[in-house]
Amino acid sequence: MGRYVARRLLQMIPVFIGSTFLIFMMMYVLPGDPVRALMGEQAFDPTLVEKMRHDLGLDQPWWWQYGHYLAGLFQGDFGTEIASKREISEIIAAAFPVTIRLTLFAFTFTAVVGIGLGIIAGLRPDSVQDRGLLTLTLILISMPSFVLGYLLQYFFAFQLQMVTPTVQDSENFGDLLLPAVVLGSLSLAYVARLTRTSMVENLRADYMRTAVAKGLPRRRIVGVHLMRNSLIPVVTFLGTDIGNLMTGAIVTEGIFNVQGVGNAIFEALTRREGATVVGIASLIVIVYLFTSLIVDLLYAVLDPRIRYA
Amino acid sequence: MPEKTADKVELSKATAAESEAAAPETATPAAAKARSLWSDAWYDLRRNPLFLISSVLIVLLLVMAFAPSLFTSASPRDADLAKHYLQPPNWSHFFEPDWFGYDGQGRSIYARVVHGARASILVGVGVTLLVTILGTAVGMTAGYFGGLVDALLSRITDVFMGIPYMLGALVILTTFAERKIWVVIAAMAFLGWTTIARVARGAVVTIKQSDYVVAARALGASTTRIMLKHILPNALAPIIVVATIALGGYIAAEATLSFLGIGLAEPTVSWGVDVATGKQQLRNAPYVLIIPSVMVSITVLSFLMFGDAVRNALDPKLR
Amino acid sequence: MRGARSAKWVAGAIVVALAATACGGGSDDKGDSSKKGALAGYVSIDVGEPQKPLVPADTNESNGGYVIRALFTQLLDFDEKGEIVYTNAESVTTKDSKTWTVKLKEGWKFHNGEPVTAQSYVDAWNWYANSKNNQQNAFWFSDIVGYEDVHPDKGEPKSDKMSGLKVVDDTTFTIELKDQVPYFNYKLGYTTFAPLPKVFYDDPKAFGQKPIGNGPYQFEKWTHKKLIQVKAWDGYKGPNKAQNKGIQFKHYATPEAAYQDVVSGNLDIIKQVGPTDLPKYKQDLGDGALDQPYAAIQTLVPAFYSKTFKGVDPKVLQGLSMAIDRDTITKTVLNNTRMPATSFTPPQVKGNQQLDTDIFKYDPAKAKKLIKEGGGVPGNKIWIQYNTDGGHKEWVTAVCESIRNATGVDCVGDPKPDFATDLEARDNNEVKSMYRGGWVADYPININFLKELYHSKAESNNGRFSDKEIDKLMEKGDNASSLEEAVKAYQEVEKKLVDKMPSIPLWYYRINGGHGKNVDNVTINYQGDIQLHKVTVK
Repeated sequence: MGRYVARRLLQMIPVFIGSTFLIFMMMYVLPGDPVRALMGEQAFDPTLVEKMRHDLGLDQPWWWQYGHYLAGLFQGDFGTEIASKREISEIIAAAFPVTIRLTLFAFTFTAVVGIGLGIIAGLRPDSVQDRGLLTLTLILISMPSFVLGYLLQYFFAFQLQMVTPTVQDSENFGDLLLPAVVLGSLSLAYVARLTRTSMVENLRADYMRTAVAKGLPRRRIVGVHLMRNSLIPVVTFLGTDIGNLMTGAIVTEGIFNVQGVGNAIFEALTRREGATVVGIASLIVIVYLFTSLIVDLLYAVLDPRIRYA
Repeated sequence: MPEKTADKVELSKATAAESEAAAPETATPAAAKARSLWSDAWYDLRRNPLFLISSVLIVLLLVMAFAPSLFTSASPRDADLAKHYLQPPNWSHFFEPDWFGYDGQGRSIYARVVHGARASILVGVGVTLLVTILGTAVGMTAGYFGGLVDALLSRITDVFMGIPYMLGALVILTTFAERKIWVVIAAMAFLGWTTIARVARGAVVTIKQSDYVVAARALGASTTRIMLKHILPNALAPIIVVATIALGGYIAAEATLSFLGIGLAEPTVSWGVDVATGKQQLRNAPYVLIIPSVMVSITVLSFLMFGDAVRNALDPKLR
Repeated sequence: MRGARSAKWVAGAIVVALAATACGGGSDDKGDSSKKGALAGYVSIDVGEPQKPLVPADTNESNGGYVIRALFTQLLDFDEKGEIVYTNAESVTTKDSKTWTVKLKEGWKFHNGEPVTAQSYVDAWNWYANSKNNQQNAFWFSDIVGYEDVHPDKGEPKSDKMSGLKVVDDTTFTIELKDQVPYFNYKLGYTTFAPLPKVFYDDPKAFGQKPIGNGPYQFEKWTHKKLIQVKAWDGYKGPNKAQNKGIQFKHYATPEAAYQDVVSGNLDIIKQVGPTDLPKYKQDLGDGALDQPYAAIQTLVPAFYSKTFKGVDPKVLQGLSMAIDRDTITKTVLNNTRMPATSFTPPQVKGNQQLDTDIFKYDPAKAKKLIKEGGGVPGNKIWIQYNTDGGHKEWVTAVCESIRNATGVDCVGDPKPDFATDLEARDNNEVKSMYRGGWVADYPININFLKELYHSKAESNNGRFSDKEIDKLMEKGDNASSLEEAVKAYQEVEKKLVDKMPSIPLWYYRINGGHGKNVDNVTINYQGDIQLHKVTVK
C-alpha cells in the first residue's frame, strides 16, 4: 500500500507539470495583452506599454516565462497581478474558501439526496417510484446548469420572491442554497441512478440469496450486505466528482454572483492575468489529482478483493 | 500482479462515472459472443419504448437541422424592431412565425429555435465522432502495446483529464477570432477524448488476454490485423455505450459555451447564444429565455434516452 | 471487516457534514448578515474593486476614479453645466495660453496634517510624468516643457524634474507649456493632476493601498473585492465639502445583485441599473430613479485601411448613417439608456452645435441612394467589431439589422470575446470594416471629442482617419489665443466632418441609476458620475 501511494504520488508530478504547462501555453498564445488592456479605450502612451511589458517579462520567450513562473511556484510564490499588484496567493485565499463552501454544500446535497433517492428506487425496481426517479434524473441530466439556474432563479426569485436572485453574502448558507442545488443537480442525478443500478444488480447477487437463505433479518441484509457492496461505485463517483463540481462552478457562480474561483478565473481570463489563471487552475488540478488518489485508496478499503502492492 | 489490479480500478471508475455501474467485466462476456450481442441488442431496442420515443425525436431534430424550411418559412435573422419588439407568444398559432413570440430584436423565436437545431446537432455528432476516433486510437494503442507506450499515453491522458474542461475550453476558444462550427468541435474534442481512451484501453487490456487473440497471435497474424479484426470489434460495445451517452453532454456543453459568449457566434443561430441574449429579458419576457432553454433540454434528453437504451441493450448484465 | 468500518466512517462523515451545514444555515440570520457593515450616516454605492492601486495618475477606469475623487482634490472641478469651479486653486490664469500661473488657497492640509503647497503639486506631477514610475496617465503632462527629459521615448530619463514647472512661493507655481493650449486649465480638472503628500515617496506601493489625500474624504479601509470605506474629513476647506459622514464603495459582480440590494434597502445608490431590471426600475424605485444624459458618445468607426472602407467615398458612410433607425433602437433594444446623436459631440460640452445636415435621420430611400452614388460597399457586406463582455451585442445586432433591412448591405457583428482582444485588433489594424467606438469626456469641451479622435496623429484614432484639411483646421483652433476662439475653430472642424465622415455617431449616453429611500440629493456631473459629496442621508 505504501509503495503504491508513493508510486502514485510520483506519477502526479509529470501530470501536474503537464497540465499547468498546457494551461500556461494556452494563456501564452491568447491574443490580447494585459498591459494594453489596462490602458482602455482612451488615449495612452505606447512606449509606456512597451516598458511595462519589459518590466514584467512579457516580452520574453515562452520558455523563459514558464521557467520563471515554475521557479516562483516551487518557492511558494504565485506571483502578483499585473493590474492590481496584489499577491495572487491573496486572491486565491479570498476566492477558494467560497468555492469550497459552495462545493461542499453541493456535494452534501448530492450525496444525501442522491443516495437516498437511489435507495428508494433500487429497493423496488420497476415500481412507480423507480420509474419516477428515472424520469426525474433524465430530466435533470438533460438540463445544462445555466438552464436550470435561470429557471430556478426565475421561479424562486422573480415569481415567488422566496430568495434573492443573486447571492448577497457568500458566507450565508441560506443564500448559497439555490446555487448549490443547481451545481449539484447533475451529479445528484448520476448518483441516484448509480445507486439504483448498483443496488438492482446486487439484489440478484449470490451472496444476497445466501443471506436471505440463512434467514438473516431484512434490515441486516439491506443495511450491511446490500448497502456496503452497492455503494462502492457510488463512493468512487462522488470522489471524482469533487473536482468536477469545483470547475462546474464557473457557470453557476456567474449566474448567482458567487465570488468564488469560477468568477475569479473568468475575470482574470478577460483581463489576461495569466499568472492568476494558471495559479488557480494548478490548484484545481491538485485537488483533482488528490481526490482521485483518495478515491482509488478508498476503493481498495471498501472492496477487499482489491489490494494494492 | 499489481499492474492489473490497478487497471481494473481505473477501468471501472471511468465506466462507472460515465455509464453508471457498467461493471468491469462488461467486455469479457460481450467479447465471447460478439455476433449474437449485436442482434440481441437490436431485438431489445425495438421493443424499448424509450428507444422508440427518442428515435422519433432525434429524427425530427435531424430533419430540423438539415431542412429547416420544412418547419418554417420565416428567417431567423429578419428583425423588425418597430413591429415585433418582445411581442409575446401566440400559442394557438401553430407553426406560424409568431407561435413562440418575438425576441428583443424583433425576430421570430420559432424560426430561431428551428434554425438553431443545426448547430447543436452538428457539434454534438461532430465532437462525438472525433472523440471516439481519437480516444479509441490512443486507448487501443496504450492497451495493446502496454509497457512504456502505455505509461506515456496514460500520463498524457491524465494530463488532459487534469485540465478542468470548462476552463480549458474557455481559454482555447478565446484564442480563435472566428469561431466557426469546426473550431468549436475541434476545441471540444481536443479536451474531451480522455474518457473514451480510458474505456478503450481498459477493454483492450482484458480482451488481449482472451484465447482467440492469443490463438490469432500464435497463428502469426499481424498486429494491425489483430487490432482491427479481433480486438476492435469486441472493444466496440463499451466504447459505443460511453460515446452515445456523451453525445447529449456535448450538445449541452456547446450550449453552455455559446451561452458564456465563447462558443458559436452570430450570425450562426445557436440556442446557447439565444439563452444568453434572453437572460436580459428574464424579468419582463421570460419566454425569450425559456423557449430555447427547453429546446436544448429536449435535444439533450432525446440523445440521453437514446444512449440509455443502447447501453441497456449492449450491456448483457442488465438484460 | 475493514470495509464495513470504512463505510460507516463515510456515512458518519456525511452526517457530520450535513449537521455542519444545517447549523450554518440556522445560525446565520439572513437579514442580519446582509446588512452587516452598514454605518449610520454613511452612503453606500456599488463601486467595484479598482483595477489598480489608488494612485491618482495610475487610475483611468471608473471604479478607481470614484475613490480617487473622494480622497483627492485637484486645482479645479466642473459644475453640472461644465463650468470651472475652483477647488484647491484660488485662481489659474494665463496671458498667452502658454504660461499658466496657479495660485493655491491658503491653509489647505493633507489628511495627515501636512500642508498642501505648490511644492506638493510640482513634486507629484514630476513623479507622475517620470517614465520610471510607469504611471498610466503620464502622457497628460506631455504639454509641459521638459516632459521629454523625464519621459523620453526610449532609454532612461535625463532628469527627474520638468523644467516647465516652477515654484514661486508656498502657494504659487507656474506651468510653462511647449505650445499654446487655450484650454489647458480645463485639463487640470482631471484627477491625474492631484497633489501628493511627502509620505507617498517613502513607499508608493504601500500608499496605493492606503492613500492619504487632500480631498473631502479620508481613507478608512479597503477589503479587497468587498468594500472600500472613506469617512468625511473635518479639516476639508473646499466648496465640495462632504454632506454625509462617509462613503462605502461596495463591490458587486453584477448590476443585478446591486440593484436587488437597492430595492431591499441594503445599498443606497446604484450607478447604472442592469439591462434585466431596466424595464421596471422606474416603477420599483419611484422618486429614487435617476435618468440623465451625460457627456459621452457611441460611434461606429470605419477602419479606413480595411478592404471595405479603403478610399471610401464619404457618401457611402453618410448612407449607412441614414440607414440606422436610431429612434426605434434607443427606445427598444437600448431601453432609453441612450439618446440619438445629432452631431459628433454630446450636448454637455462647450461648443456642441446643431449641425445643418440630415445624415442622422433614418431615411432608407436616401440611404440607398447615397450608397449607390458613392459606389456601394465592396462585397456588399460589412462587419461591426465589438467586445462581448460589455453588453454591446444587442445594439450591434439591431444596428446591423437596420442597415441590412434599409439598404440590402449585409451586416454582421464581429464579436471579440473580451475587451483585450478587441483592443488588440484595433491597435494592429485588424478591424474587418468597422468597430464600435465610445468616448467619455475628459474635460467638457468639444475639442476633447474631435482632436483626440479624428486628428491624423491622435492616439485614439484607431480607424486611422487621416485628412489634411481637418488637421489644418484643428491647428487653427490650437493656435487660437482664447478658449472661445479655439472652441469656435473646432466648431468649424465639426461642420467639415459631416462631409468627411470619420465615424458614424450613433447616440449619447444616459445614466440610468437609482437610489433607495435612505438618501437624498443624488446628482450627476457632466461625466455621468454621481456627486457623492452632495448626497445627504435622511
